[in-house]
Amino acid sequence: MADPMRIRAALAGDETTVRVLMSHPMETGTRKDAAGATIPAHFIKDVEATHNGKSVLKAMFSGSVSQNPFLSFKFKGAAKGDKVTVKWTDNKGASRTDEATIA
Amino acid sequence: MKATRRDAIKTTGAFATLVSLGIITQAQANAAVTHDSFAVKSVEDALKAIGGQAASSDQVSVVSPDIAENGAVVPVGATSKLANTTEIYLIVEKNPTPLSAGFMIPAGTVADVQTRLKMGQSTNVIAIVKADGKLYSATKETKVTLGGCGG
Repeated sequence: MADPMRIRAALAGDETTVRVLMSHPMETGTRKDAAGATIPAHFIKDVEATHNGKSVLKAMFSGSVSQNPFLSFKFKGAAKGDKVTVKWTDNKGASRTDEATIA
Repeated sequence: MKATRRDAIKTTGAFATLVSLGIITQAQANAAVTHDSFAVKSVEDALKAIGGQAASSDQVSVVSPDIAENGAVVPVGATSKLANTTEIYLIVEKNPTPLSAGFMIPAGTVADVQTRLKMGQSTNVIAIVKADGKLYSATKETKVTLGGCGG
């Protein structure tokens, strides 16, 4: 199981800004290790953020997203104390779900 | 998936019906972005996967630094002021797989996303935005002093 995500969700006016820091190696599959062997690709493919069961953002990543991916987005219609849930799935089928409370 | 001839006929038939009814246009039918789209090797193929050529628009902007010191972590974002923006794609022109990230924006979510991308060398960053079913783009050049795709 990968390390937990760090999620910050802050309400300002009517917009909630969500910032997510995922913990993942994000290997492209083109890098080589010291012995010259190709390191297999291992990266997050899908990210979905939901608020009250409603999807607020879906993202598809490729290997060219940086290690420990950062994602920031804004959405409307949330209130303080609501929960935002973020789930990622990688190309090996592993996934992780974390949630944060809107402050 | 086990694709029998019968299934193939069924699905293509259903798809053709949808197209002929005008429920989905031909362009949309071709523009189903899947994870395979992210493996394409050229900007042209990436555009094809998204759904064709995009018109340059000043309503779309790419947020990325002019000079990035470390190509492994370049903060890149895109914003769109166009109404009904539904999808945003980020393309790093000179990367081995240019199409880097795609975002599906449901109603209620602001068309303003940010992430961090790897860049092998100085390159143009292209943001493609889909609004009202049409494609718009914006380009910005980022100079990289240390590449992030080596090893």
